[in-house]
Formats: sequence, structure tokens, C-alpha cells
Amino acid sequence: MRRVLINFAHPAYQKSRANRVLIESVRDLANVTINDLYENYPDFLIDVDREQDLLRKHDVIVSHHPMYWYSAPALMKEWQDLVLEFGFAYGDEGTALEGKIAFNAITTGGAYEAYTAEGYNQFTVRELLRPFEQTAALCRMTYIPPYVLHSTRKLEGKDCFIEPGSCYRKVITELRDGTTNLPEIQMREYLNDGLMMQAGLPVER
Amino acid sequence: MSVEQTLIAAAVYLIAALVTVVIAKRLGLASIIGYLGAGVLIGPAVLKFVGSEGEDVMHFAEFGVVMMLFLIGLEVQPKKLWSMRRSIFGLGGLQVLITTLLMAGAARLFGAPWNESFVIGMMLALSSTAIVMQMLDEKGLLKSLGGQSSFSVLLFQDLAVIPILILVPLLGSGVAHAAGDGHGGGMDTGPIGLLKMLGMVVGIIAAGRLLVRPLFRLVASTGLREAFTAAALLVVILAAVGMHAVGLSAALGTFLAGMLLADSEYRHEIEVDIQPFKGLLLGLFFVTVGASINFGTIAGNWESISLIVACLVAIKAGVLIVLARFFGIRGRDRLIFSFALAQGGEFAFVISTFALQSGALDPDRASVIISAVALSMLVTPLLMIPVERAADKLNLRKSEPEMDEMEGKAGNVIIVGFGRFGWTVGRLLRANGFDTTVLDLDQTSVTLLKEHDIPVYYGDGARVDLLRSAGADDARAIVVAVNEMEDSMVIVRGIRKNFPDTPIVARAVSMRHHHALLQEGVEIIEQEVFGAALDLGESLLKMLGYRAYQAARASKKFKKHEIEHRRELLEVWDKEEAKSLFARERARADQMEAMLSADEEMPPDSHEAWSTGEPEEESSGAATG
Repeated sequence: MRRVLINFAHPAYQKSRANRVLIESVRDLANVTINDLYENYPDFLIDVDREQDLLRKHDVIVSHHPMYWYSAPALMKEWQDLVLEFGFAYGDEGTALEGKIAFNAITTGGAYEAYTAEGYNQFTVRELLRPFEQTAALCRMTYIPPYVLHSTRKLEGKDCFIEPGSCYRKVITELRDGTTNLPEIQMREYLNDGLMMQAGLPVER
Repeated sequence: MSVEQTLIAAAVYLIAALVTVVIAKRLGLASIIGYLGAGVLIGPAVLKFVGSEGEDVMHFAEFGVVMMLFLIGLEVQPKKLWSMRRSIFGLGGLQVLITTLLMAGAARLFGAPWNESFVIGMMLALSSTAIVMQMLDEKGLLKSLGGQSSFSVLLFQDLAVIPILILVPLLGSGVAHAAGDGHGGGMDTGPIGLLKMLGMVVGIIAAGRLLVRPLFRLVASTGLREAFTAAALLVVILAAVGMHAVGLSAALGTFLAGMLLADSEYRHEIEVDIQPFKGLLLGLFFVTVGASINFGTIAGNWESISLIVACLVAIKAGVLIVLARFFGIRGRDRLIFSFALAQGGEFAFVISTFALQSGALDPDRASVIISAVALSMLVTPLLMIPVERAADKLNLRKSEPEMDEMEGKAGNVIIVGFGRFGWTVGRLLRANGFDTTVLDLDQTSVTLLKEHDIPVYYGDGARVDLLRSAGADDARAIVVAVNEMEDSMVIVRGIRKNFPDTPIVARAVSMRHHHALLQEGVEIIEQEVFGAALDLGESLLKMLGYRAYQAARASKKFKKHEIEHRRELLEVWDKEEAKSLFARERARADQMEAMLSADEEMPPDSHEAWSTGEPEEESSGAATG
């Protein structure tokens, strides 16, 4: 049983329906810790010791955030800048994160089609997440495909979120219990491939 | 003298002193010259207002010297003294020894018998603490290496008086001395006498350590300024009298007492209370010195006297220059050091009286030497003028100061008022390594904090002299954190007037106070409850359902909005600076109204902040995804 840490960063959580559903769908899972960054550090004074401790105690590190300008909200960056210290996360002596699993769980208003070479975002989500991927690599972590919820603004009405919610829960549970092996997971485009439908439609490739 | 005569004499002295000092200052001379001049003027030489009673006045005024040593002691902490021991005993010791021998040799050449030569040597080796310290202080040279070295030498000379006074009678022709006349009252050098001396010194140290601080604590708790002044004077007088009674130098006793109090929280208050007495008495002392210059003797022996003065200055300066070289004092400091000390001192009068009593000195010779000493005291401040100019012109390199600074700490932060507000500010500063000097009137907290090694001083920040003593001239900032508006404004105005270059940072207890502070040009002001109320409000918002980050932003935005509108909001007080209670109430009401309408204009977070609109949707604005 792996222990899962969800580092969640949303500056206006009170306005986000999508993320609320996702977070609530995994809150009660055993061995899953939700670390609400904007709630814990409204003044941006990250408690580095506490964060490093959390990292040590978990095996799967999730960076859960809305996609803002092809990246994460500012506090997530602050977290990266301060917590992933030389000698802790990377460098010869920096082996604290070695072998742990890392991925991004993101929500975005853009549709899947927008995130293609022909779409207005010009790059795929996976490509746009390269900085995170490389950060994980330098820290000797295993980076796996992202969980992505597209077209969040199109999802209206409570029911539309049930699917994404239960999907996220399944994804986290799968990783926690190790029910699927990693090589198989690495072959997916998104973590949530084959597991869900979006806006009532099957995901089209 | 009858009371009336005393008062008339006092008036004469004071008028003379005032007139000549003002003239001296106008001419850019040291005040000492003014005082000495006053003495010459009113003395037997010119106006003949004062005569033989001058002797008694001199004894009285000598107390000024005693007080000066006390104040010097207050500034010197024993640890500093220990670190200066090389200077004191090395430089000072050699100066006294070598100068004594050379002067004695010169006296011998002039035909004095060997025992008198030796006495003369010792008399002339000592310099005038009063003149040197006063002069250096006025010229702001005390902190320089030259000033510090001079101080070390003077200190040793003060210590040297003890063995000198023991030696002098031994050099006498055996005439039994009358006790009680003059300065060395009852100096008994037998075993009992020495024991008494030791006992007195130990007594002073013990009393200083154990009794004096509780005494001041008790007196301070009455809250009466004059009681405190009285206690301070008492300490000085007792120390002086005690030492005098066993035949030791009163000045040394008060120096000791001062040193023992240097660490206490009452230091600044005591200093400030004694200062005016010292100033007056010292001035008076110099007047009497001037008056005692017997121009008759001088006129009669002007050749020998001028020769003696010239020799005195030359030999002393010469010795000092050589010693300065060996002790690493260079350039400008060396020049100042060598010439500042090149005169005879008030102890010469003391030793002379002593020597006369025990027959160690011939009276005629004594009066010649004394006149020479007095004249040299007049010469020194005058000599320093060309010396200083020479030093500046040659643009000699200033040596690096070796020693710690003796006078107030430059560059610290002064906090006036150490209640909850000042306490928090002080703690923040100290946690970040800044030096603070705190002034407060609360007896208990001052003592308590002192025990924790925090530099706290008992005293009223409204007193300018106290602020000056705490270093207000060079302070990096003064924090006015007292909790009453009236007190605060008095302090702020005092600082603005006397230390215009020192920045003020102040606590405002109300909007009206804030406005008043702005009028005085205070740069940084915080209203005492605004921040705390906002913080509480922020926590409350969270309790009411806001996210932490949401509440933090709301609070900060509100604060920013308020500060941006502060000028407008405070304008209300421009018109209502009136004293009437009615006008103030009106203003307060206007104030509230102004604030409420300003609040209505406060912009909330834009609806588009962190929105997730996509370019392909027509309705939304800024895309963030």
C-alpha cells in the first residue's frame, strides 16, 4: 500500500466547482493526505521542514492544481523553489525523493483538441508539463502521465462532475493499492485514460 | 562672610563667567579660556573684586572637578578599563615617570635642592584633567584615538596621586603637618592609616555594588525627580568625603563610584542630574584658578616663570610625542595627544599645599611654580588652536581607533516608552541583531528588563539632555512608543527641535494623534490598534467561511485602501485642531463618515481574477488556461 500526498494549490478554491468535486472525492481515502497549500500558507511563508517531512512520509506525490498559463499557481512554484532543496531533493546527498512516484493532476478550461499541435495551445498537456517532468527526474523520481480534466467551464450542473470525481478517486486508489503495474501506466497518455468519460462523452483521440 | 557678601560674590563670579564665556565662544575659543579670563579679570590683578577668599571658593569649586571624575566614571565600564590597561599603565605610567624625572632634573639645574626638585617634578608631571577633558569634549575629540589615549594617561595620573601624596611628606624636612588645612586632610601613612585607606576603598566598592542600586530603586519609586537628584548628589558627596577623610583623592573616590554605577539602569538619569552641577562648579573652579594667578609674583619673576612654562610645555609635549610613537599613535591623534596634555594640572596646587605643610617645598619656589602651572593652564587651550590648524593643514593620516567608543553608542535605535508597543518593536529589532537603547519611566519593568541584560534606562524621554546622553545625535532612529498623545507630542517636538537629523518613528493612539504627528514631519507612523483589529478581522472572516488566502487578501486590500486614503481621511483634523471638546467630537464624527464613504469605494477582487475563460469562448476576458 502506497501512501499518497496531494499537494493542492488553488488561490480561489471558493470559486472552483471542478476542483471541489475532485478533492472531495478523495478526501476520505485511507493513506491519502491532502495538503491544501493556499489554506496553509496564505502568507506564502512555506514551512520547509514540515513540507519535507510530508514528502518523506509519502510514496506518491501529486501536484494538483488548475492550469494557469501552462503551469501552476504561484504558491506551487514558491513551494518548489523552497522545499526541493539541494542536498534534500537533488544533488549527491539529495536522495530523499528517490524512487517516489510523481504526477500532475490538473483542471483546465481548454478542450482536449486545444492541446494539440493544431490547437491554439500548440502543445500537448504532457509537453507543457515538461518542467514538472524534468524536476521530478532531477529528484530521481518516477514521473507518470497526468490526470487531466478538460473543458471545466462546459461542465454545468452537479451531475456532470460525478464522473470526473469518481474517476479521480479510482486513479488515486489504483496508485495507492498498486493494482496496475507502472509500465502499463506509463503507456497511457493521461492517467485517466479508459477510466472515464468527459462531459458525458467518451474521450476522443 | 555674611550671606549678603556671599551672594554679591556669587553674582560677581557669575557675571564675569557669563560675559567672558560668551566672548570666548564668539571668538571660537574653548570655554575654559573664558573662565580663566574671568578669574584674571575679577581677581587681584585687574578689577580686584575678589581676593583672599578666593582660596575658600577654590576649595568649594574643586568639587566640580570631583563631579567631573564621577561623570567620567559613569561612562567607563570596568571591562573597558581592563581592556585599556596597556594604555593606562603603560602609556600613563611611563609618562608620569619620565616626565617626573626630566622635570626634577630641570629643577635641579635651576638650583633647587634634590628633594624639592623631586616634588616639583611630580607636581609638573600631572596634567589638568579638567582642562583636557573639557577641551577634548568641546572639540568632539573624545572618541578619537588621541582623546582616548589622553584619557588613559589622565586616569593613571589620578591613580598616581596616591603614591605621590604618600611620598611628599617623606621628602619633607620633617615639619609636622597640621591636619585639616587644605586638601590632604589627615593623610596618615602609618599602618593604621593605610588600613583605613584600603577599608574606605573596599567600602566604596561594596556600597556601590550592594547598597546604591537598591537606594536608587527606592527613590525612583517615589517618582520625584528632585529626590532622585538629591540621591545622586548624596552618592557623589559621600564618596568624596569618605576618600578625603582617609587622605585619598576625592576625585578618585567618585571616579570609582561612577564606575560602579556605569552598568546600572539609572546611569543616564544620574548623569543628567549631576551634569548641571558639574558644569557650574567646574566653571567656577576655573574662575578661581584664574583669580589665583598672582600677577604680582609673575611680574616680579616673569623671566623665570616664562622659562618654566616654556620648559614645562616643551618637555611634556616632547615626552608625549616620543611615547605616542612607541604606542602606535600616529598623525593627527599624536599631535593632539601631545599638546592637549602639555600643561600643569590642578593637582599641582594640591601637592604644593601638601609639600608646604611638610616642608618639602620652599614657599617662594612654590608660588613661582604654582604661577607657572596656572599660566600653563591658560596657555594650553590657546596652544591647541594653532596645533589643530597645523594638524588639519598637513592633512596627516588619522590613525585607526584601537579602542571601543567611550561616549554614547553611535548608530543605535532609541526606543522611548517600553510598554507593549515599544516592547514588541524592540524585540523585533533585537531578534534581527540591532542595538537598542530603551528609555522608560516604569520602575519595575526597567529593573526587570535590566536583569535580562537588555539596555534599559530609567528616565523621561521628554528630557532633551537625557536623550542626548542616550545618543540621540547619532541614533539611526528614535521610536516614540509612549501611550499618551500629549506626552508623545512633547517628546516629538523636543526631538525635532534638538536633533533635527534623527528620524522619528511613532505610534499613533488616534487619528487626531496621527494627524499631529504628520504635522511634525514624522515619517513612519502606525496607528496602534488598526493592525491588530485587521488581524482579528481576518481570523474572523476565516471563521465565517472564507478561505485562508481569501481572508488574507481581503485584509491586506482593506489596509492598503485605508492607507491610500489616509491623507484625505486625516484632513478632517486640519480644520479641527481646536481645543474645545465639542470641536473634537464634531471632527471625530466627520472622520467616521469620511471612512465609511471611502469604504464604499473600495474595489473588490476583480471578477476575472483567476478565471478560466478560454480564447474560443466569446464572453470571457482574460484567459488563464
